[in-house]
Amino acid sequence: MLKLPIYLDYSATTPVDPRVAERMIPYLVEKFGNPASRSHSFGWEAEAAVEEAREEVAKLVHADPKEIVWTSGATESNNLALKGAAQFYSGKGRHLVTVKTEHKAVLDTCRELERQGFAVTYLDVQENGLLDLEAFSAALRPDTILASVMFVNNEIGVIQPIAEMGEICRSRGILLHVDAAQATGKVAIDLETLKVDLMSFSAHKTYGPKGVGALYVRRKPRVRLNAQMHGGGHERGFRSGTLPTHQIVGMGEAFRLARLEMGAENERIRMLRDRLLRGLSDIEEVYVNGDMEHRVPHNLNLSFAYVEGESLLMAIKDLAVSSGSACTSASLEPSYVLRALGRNDELAHSSIRFTLGRFTTEEEVDHAIRLLHDKISRLRELSPLWEMVQDGVDLNTVQWAAH
Amino acid sequence: MAYSVKVLDHYENPRNVGSFAKDEEGVATGMVGAPACGDVMKLQIKVGKGGVIEDAKFKTYGCGSAIASSSLVTEWVKGRTIDQAMDIRNTQIAEELALPPVKIHCSILAEDAIKAAVADYRKKHGEQA
Repeated sequence: MLKLPIYLDYSATTPVDPRVAERMIPYLVEKFGNPASRSHSFGWEAEAAVEEAREEVAKLVHADPKEIVWTSGATESNNLALKGAAQFYSGKGRHLVTVKTEHKAVLDTCRELERQGFAVTYLDVQENGLLDLEAFSAALRPDTILASVMFVNNEIGVIQPIAEMGEICRSRGILLHVDAAQATGKVAIDLETLKVDLMSFSAHKTYGPKGVGALYVRRKPRVRLNAQMHGGGHERGFRSGTLPTHQIVGMGEAFRLARLEMGAENERIRMLRDRLLRGLSDIEEVYVNGDMEHRVPHNLNLSFAYVEGESLLMAIKDLAVSSGSACTSASLEPSYVLRALGRNDELAHSSIRFTLGRFTTEEEVDHAIRLLHDKISRLRELSPLWEMVQDGVDLNTVQWAAH
Repeated sequence: MAYSVKVLDHYENPRNVGSFAKDEEGVATGMVGAPACGDVMKLQIKVGKGGVIEDAKFKTYGCGSAIASSSLVTEWVKGRTIDQAMDIRNTQIAEELALPPVKIHCSILAEDAIKAAVADYRKKHGEQA
């Protein structure tokens, strides 16, 4: 039986896997100890659980558990990485490089660093959403201390060439931070070979609970950070605050499942995503945003030309999807990510992000295809732009009364 | 965002969708907005004897509130003279549809569409109409 609405917004957040929830519950009720309590078994039990989870997070990305610092989520990890490194290494230089399509958690942190006196270069991406390595290399200066590039884009799902960027940064003595919130469980991450110094993780994008994340801080060569949260000196002074044992246990279990299951799961999801794209490809003037090859299998971002995004979302209210990212969906501005790809306003206003996940079924995808066929043709019947295009009018030649 | 019952009604059952033939007698067209802003409204009126609007049709590219505003306006202008149609204010549209503050621009655009259609009619038929 098909249950409505259908959730196709897995990049906004994922449900906690029931197996993860089950592991978490005892740590709320019976095993409630503070992992920092050294004087009794309640504390020891909690600490053991935290360390087991740390090992699981480290294993997924081939890191040493000592390189994993718990945080409240990827936003905090990004803040700690960027501000912590910029402040610690400010004697060496005061320039950072990032990309216009980064998540706001990186972009807004960079804005704050600019207010603190740092200079930041925001790089353009190519039409396919990928960063041009030559442009990246050219943007690095003698006073550059850090570059920050996301592994997988949250809106269009493209995978940036992190390995190549790592080589470039390492050879120039520049730290590389990677926001991997959208990457865990979707792409293989091997920090033994990747020359990445700092990497941000989130639990709730990978079937773990909200409110917990981690920051990978490389030990060889050693990366130093100024702490942003001061207090009891938890997490070797990187991040004070009592550890939320149940959340951490959840993240550990979620990342363990991701490590064991991602191979088969990604193939299944890719099949469903391709089915969705195939099912929609007979609709005229549908455009894929972002590179299809260097892309996670979970994401499909489409522009339905001459149909406005918000009215389309309203028409397909049986589908939980988003227009742009969840963080900007309350605003009327078209997606800044699509604008950075050079998409014109109409196409940027007409984009829908479908993100599939662990619990998406073939039946749900088929229902989405039928619904979209029906609603797109209805909205195009209503669209004066569609009518003009059908009459052979080139919309670029029309003198619009902008308001 | 939560939509009012009236917005949803007009959005799901828009009134008077379509276009008149361009050369049809008494037809005038107002097109306002821009794709870059996410809203384009096309309002057409068909004016008969004594300057009375006998029929109206619309097409709108835009959010649900923009579609509802233009659908409502086609109902309101029918049976009015063009002078009376010019008295329709965006505040009345916004009130009728209970538009939230971020959607007030949709009602302004609908008022502008009426003005643009009437201006087009006057241009074609001279000021005596």
